[in-house]
Amino acid sequence: MADEKRKIRIATCSLAGCFGCHTSMLDIDERLFDLLEMVEFDRTPFTDIKHCGPCDIGIVEGGVSNAENAHVLKEFRENCKVLVAIGSCAITGNVPALRNNIDLWDCFQEVYLYDPGTEGKQIPNDPELPLPFDKVYPIYEVVKVDYFLHGCPPPANAIWKFLTDLIQGRQPETGHELLRYD
Amino acid sequence: MISTITIDGKTVPFTEEQTIMDAALAAGVYIPHLCHNPEFKPHGSCKLCVVEANGRNVTSCTMPASPGMVVVNDTPELNEDRKALVQMLFVEGNHICPACEATGNCQLQAAGYYLHMQSPHFMHFYPPRRVDASHPDIFLDLNRCILCELCVRASRDIDKKSVFGISSRGIDSHLVVNSESGRLGDTSMAVTDKAAHVCPTGAILIKRKGYTVPMGKRLFDQKTLPEFHLEQQKRVEPEDGPDGG
Amino acid sequence: MMQSPDLPDIEQRIALLCERHGCEPRRLLQILIDVQEIYTFIPPQALTAIARHLPLPRVSVEGVAGFYSFLSLEPAGQYRILFSDNVTDRMLGNEELMRQFCNKLWLEPGKVSEDELVSADFTSCTGMCDQGPAALINGWPVTRLNRERIDLIADLILAKSPVASWPPTLFEVNDNIRRTDRLLDESFEPGSAIKAAVTRGAEAIFTELKLSRLRGRGGAGYKTAEKWITCRNSPAPARYIVCNADEGEPGTFKDRVLLNRLADTVFEGMTVGARLLSSAKGFLYLRGEYRYLLEKLEEILARRREAGLLGSNILGEPGFDFDIEIHLGAGAYICGEESGMIESLEGRRGKPRNRPPYPAQHGYLDQPTVVNNVETFACAAMIAVHGGKWFGETGTWESSGSKILSISGDCHWPGIYEYPFGVSVQKILEDCGAQEPYAVQVGGPSGILVSWQEFERSISFEDLPTAGAFTIFQRGRDILEAVRNYAHFFAHESCGFCTPCRVGTQLQKKIVDKIANGHGTASDLEELKHLGHLMRTLSHCGLGHAAPNPVLDMLQKFPGAYEQKLTSLSFEPAFDLDAALATARRITGRDDPSAHLP
Repeated sequence: MADEKRKIRIATCSLAGCFGCHTSMLDIDERLFDLLEMVEFDRTPFTDIKHCGPCDIGIVEGGVSNAENAHVLKEFRENCKVLVAIGSCAITGNVPALRNNIDLWDCFQEVYLYDPGTEGKQIPNDPELPLPFDKVYPIYEVVKVDYFLHGCPPPANAIWKFLTDLIQGRQPETGHELLRYD
Repeated sequence: MISTITIDGKTVPFTEEQTIMDAALAAGVYIPHLCHNPEFKPHGSCKLCVVEANGRNVTSCTMPASPGMVVVNDTPELNEDRKALVQMLFVEGNHICPACEATGNCQLQAAGYYLHMQSPHFMHFYPPRRVDASHPDIFLDLNRCILCELCVRASRDIDKKSVFGISSRGIDSHLVVNSESGRLGDTSMAVTDKAAHVCPTGAILIKRKGYTVPMGKRLFDQKTLPEFHLEQQKRVEPEDGPDGG
Repeated sequence: MMQSPDLPDIEQRIALLCERHGCEPRRLLQILIDVQEIYTFIPPQALTAIARHLPLPRVSVEGVAGFYSFLSLEPAGQYRILFSDNVTDRMLGNEELMRQFCNKLWLEPGKVSEDELVSADFTSCTGMCDQGPAALINGWPVTRLNRERIDLIADLILAKSPVASWPPTLFEVNDNIRRTDRLLDESFEPGSAIKAAVTRGAEAIFTELKLSRLRGRGGAGYKTAEKWITCRNSPAPARYIVCNADEGEPGTFKDRVLLNRLADTVFEGMTVGARLLSSAKGFLYLRGEYRYLLEKLEEILARRREAGLLGSNILGEPGFDFDIEIHLGAGAYICGEESGMIESLEGRRGKPRNRPPYPAQHGYLDQPTVVNNVETFACAAMIAVHGGKWFGETGTWESSGSKILSISGDCHWPGIYEYPFGVSVQKILEDCGAQEPYAVQVGGPSGILVSWQEFERSISFEDLPTAGAFTIFQRGRDILEAVRNYAHFFAHESCGFCTPCRVGTQLQKKIVDKIANGHGTASDLEELKHLGHLMRTLSHCGLGHAAPNPVLDMLQKFPGAYEQKLTSLSFEPAFDLDAALATARRITGRDDPSAHLP
């Protein structure tokens, strides 16, 4: 096996998203075996690697909602030759961005002060907690993004098509039947 | 007398008073559009239908056809520009497709699919916009309004009610309703009004109808925007519009 | 919704007001201007009452009220001060004056004071660039603002002194005529042009107009004779003459002076037009910023009626009936576009129409209508008196006659300069005492940004067409700041009808801001070109077509203005990430390192 071509190294992460896109990635089912023939994974929720090292492809799910999201996204951009925004949250902000026209103070009050289930009724100020931005941003407004794969989540077939195109050096094409914003 | 124009080399007949768009749609030639609907007086605001006619850019839904006119329509350059317009419409409002009842029935979305819009490209404005649920049967969600004025035209010209209008200016332009309270519930709007069924996006929605057709089985899950628009042209008596009703 | 203030007699007052305007829907804007003068804003009940009286759908009334920036649908204070925000006002320090004013009165720009006494905001150029910084106080222009004047104004407001009793020196507006030529040199005898038209006949005057080669002075340069003949040849029960005095192009103020000095000539040109086109009705569309000229102009019209130069049987000619109505604008640059102006005259939002058809065939009330610039009508009157040959003797072949320029910015003697067409930029710069001129914005932001390397170019339709604005920037001026001011202007004035202009002008503004704030990258420059292409090729009207002009001119001619501001990074967010955490820092009281982003 000495001649084996270097495998494409891929990292993935979910920022302000619901992991639905990752679930959809797993929905390529038995094709995962084919995929693993071609790629190896760096940081992903599947490997539990905590930081992204140098990679060929970075796949980011979710928008940028807090400081930690921004750090992770920058780490991905710095380490990945090609950065892919996957899913509507990464591309438009999507459902998390519904908060964009609600005052942040109102959000905090609702969550930490008014909600009947909250204990102690105080706004947490622990430095461990990621601080939220005024708004949720799509990732392309924070770093340069090379490719977009829309959908909530993108269908498994679209992910498969997209990834195999990219891995084999083709311009990824998602035709009308695979392009979805919902 | 029948005169003709050519659109991308194809000869298309037209009659007097017809615009480039009228002639094109009648001949089954598709020119992308959002604010145009053959049932209403042309408006010309979305600019998706801009074509090159005799070397000059014109809005095809308002420009009268003239004998021998040479129209260039379906080119990569014009379609790129059209895609940019759709992207502009996406970022200036709050279009959160997965959270919208109109998803799958939305012409803005379908225009994005047709023009291969992979991302909204521009920076989002996330404007604060109003939602009005005061009417018993109709939601008004200005987050999704693209200012096509189809509801304005339908209410004024068909329903004879003038329930809708546009106020303010520039990027602040927005839909207003015909009541001092500013609430749709205080207008004479009825769910049977034409204006309730012409919105190309999800800005005007009929209550309790949102999910009668499941996602994945909706209008633009079945057909493309050109197919829909060319059929719309043929329909004499329109069925329910893309509001999923 | 907003709490409606208690205004007990509003029903009767609105009823009377509508009555005074004949309950004419086309008078809607004029009615709204009156309402604003009474209540200092337009209360929701007023919209409902007006709608009932005209009658119009309430949405239409609200739509019109919301369109014009001088009309306010929310209380704007007993005193509303609008600082002119042309680039020349900027260069003269209007931002600092605004700060001073706001500090003194505990105000936030754009917001009304808690006691609803006063509000302050910026407005587009008020046409006082030769005597700025300027502002409008409840619609009245104040000029040559400085720290002392701002203090005085603030004190007068705090003392609740009525604006009418403020020191008149505050409101002094000078003509500043520095150079005259054909038009301003020649004295004009009221009635002489009409007499010529009556005695020589319409055909003879048309011939003179053609001979004069007169072209429209609004900037586009359409041949006046051609426009008038098209209008005359369109069969219709009525034809209309509209004089465009909605001089909104930032940096232009010559119509202000023409109306102050040569109103008779202008009205006479309109009346000659009426004779030629068999028109019985004309309008002077006076921009809201020049409302202070209204009473004077009305007096002149009254005098002309008395002299038999307006009204029925003008100069005793049976059937020669023509009168002029002054229509006020209310802060909308787009109404300077001729079809937007006609919409506004009809009482609607000033949204430009689809063309064709053109106004000369389908204009006001769908009738053939000639819309011309103030200066064009003055020229037409002079041509009727002195002949086309006389007029065509000056200027160039393609640009006959003279042009009145509004010169401001970095020069010793800002003001009004009349030159024969064909004059070089260099000559003008020398005459007005420009020191180390570096760039000139010719024709305002819609026009051309001329660099020091092009000063031999000439003012003419064939080279540098202009409605008259000539704004000078000396070496050391920040061209990017000027362009930024213009980008904001277009974003503010876009009518919002079409997608490329409504959204494009906003995106352009944001990117220019980003570059000015030091966060721009090379890809932002590409984006500006892309947006420029979209606005230029897809927009509904001239505003959108011209909106990218200053930006594209800068990119091409003034790389030094932006290059050192660009970051070397290939990408920079459009927003400041650390600043976007500020609200959450405040809420949580955190200031630890992880509460910040580099």
